[in-house]
Amino acid sequence: MMPAEAIVEARGVGKTYDGGVEALKDVSLALSRGRLNTLLGPSGCGKTTLLKIIAGLIPPSRGEVWVKGKKVDGPGPERAFVFQDFALLPWANVLRNVAFGLELRGMPKEQRDDLARKQIAEAGLSGFESSYPHQLSGGMRQRVGLARALAVDADIILMDEPFASVDEQTRRKFQEELLDLLRHKQKTVIFVTHSIEEATYLSDQIVLLSPRPGTVSKIIHPNIERGGRNPDEIRRDKNYLDVVDEIWQILKHYVV
Amino acid sequence: MQRKELIAKRRLVWQLISFALVFGLWELAGRWPISLAFPPFSKTFLALLRMTADGSLAKAYLSTAQPLVIGIVLCGIAGIGFGIGMGLSRTIEWFSLPVFIILQAAPMAAIIPLITYIYGIGLTSKVLAVVFLAAPVIVMNSYKGIRNTNPSLIQMCRSFLGTRRQEIIKIILPHAAALIFAGLRLGLAMGFIGIVIAELLITPTGIGDLITYHSSVADYPEMFAAIASIIAVAAFAIHGLQRLEHKLFPPEIRGSS
Repeated sequence: MMPAEAIVEARGVGKTYDGGVEALKDVSLALSRGRLNTLLGPSGCGKTTLLKIIAGLIPPSRGEVWVKGKKVDGPGPERAFVFQDFALLPWANVLRNVAFGLELRGMPKEQRDDLARKQIAEAGLSGFESSYPHQLSGGMRQRVGLARALAVDADIILMDEPFASVDEQTRRKFQEELLDLLRHKQKTVIFVTHSIEEATYLSDQIVLLSPRPGTVSKIIHPNIERGGRNPDEIRRDKNYLDVVDEIWQILKHYVV
Repeated sequence: MQRKELIAKRRLVWQLISFALVFGLWELAGRWPISLAFPPFSKTFLALLRMTADGSLAKAYLSTAQPLVIGIVLCGIAGIGFGIGMGLSRTIEWFSLPVFIILQAAPMAAIIPLITYIYGIGLTSKVLAVVFLAAPVIVMNSYKGIRNTNPSLIQMCRSFLGTRRQEIIKIILPHAAALIFAGLRLGLAMGFIGIVIAELLITPTGIGDLITYHSSVADYPEMFAAIASIIAVAAFAIHGLQRLEHKLFPPEIRGSS
């Protein structure tokens, strides 16, 4: 796969927090439309900070981010965020949580509930519409988080280590669903993870970040042939294993 | 279901035993006697019945309730409003937080003569005594409830294009509701302390009057009955609010833990 048209661009982005901690330094990158882009790096490399800057939740200290040809100065309707800790309203049921993004946009209740029900069904959560988050497993909670992001029909889904708090089986199932989603909905996904295997398995493009202050250390295009093959075959693919090894050779220098 | 009933039954039995034990010990201690001024439980209980029958208890509670209710309602409206304001605005927080921290730490009984000096011995002073005791915990709880909002929920709201107004109404206030309510409950507990202190220190009215009067004429069973009844009323009121709190904001769906 060749790099497609860039939908998100970072130009010389840097972030220094109030206490003087430099989280990011001169990050420039282009993320392609309709692809799954991963920000990968060790803990504290500023990958979540970079994601939140792209989301418009944190202003950069230096440089700028452009999304769909417009400079980012806050969150926008073309971006939706999936949180590591799910960020669900504990006092609201699944239906209201999934519809919450639409509720904030002022969509009438019936209309947004209809849309939310559709997303809930697609997320495999039918029958749980009136359950509360505390009654759901971690995996199901994250499905709610993802359904909420999909309900607002944004082009770009920003995911901050979305599978970090779910078990391995659920994680693998999620990964398949994510790939499926991409095939069918033409979404651009920007995905933060610290798992080399996850990044390699999922991504069209991997942005490898160095530890604090985070800079782009390498950009890798795994180019893994997925067509018609099952997950286990892909995980035994030579290309896949080579990429995992290549990333590990770089990352291991960062481990102290 | 059956098991649940059994547990409930067993709990009731233990509760009855504990009451019997406390009242029995009280009876023994009164009959010993520890002091002439310490009546046994039976005499105190009879005194309580007498005071209920002749209406003096009801009259006393009616007059005690007035400044208590006015004070708590005032605190409930202004105190919660102020606490929310402090939580939302750095400016309000900056000039008022120290005041409430000092109020919370200050021994309020010491201020009561000052209140009397300025506002006399009427209803105003008693309401103020309740307010001074109850307000700090109500304000501080509301303030903390607002401040402790899960930052991730706020980011979520912003990322889905929520306005500041929506952030406050849909995230911050529901999140803080349980803590605010708990503040109200603690405030009521402080209000009970405030009103009794006021009725003992400013002018004897209501339940404070019953206690001082019967003590001055050495009707100790009546005096103890009045003391025990105000303790029981306060305990039941606070407990009732706690049950309501648990029902309105079950721990698993409340925002703040």
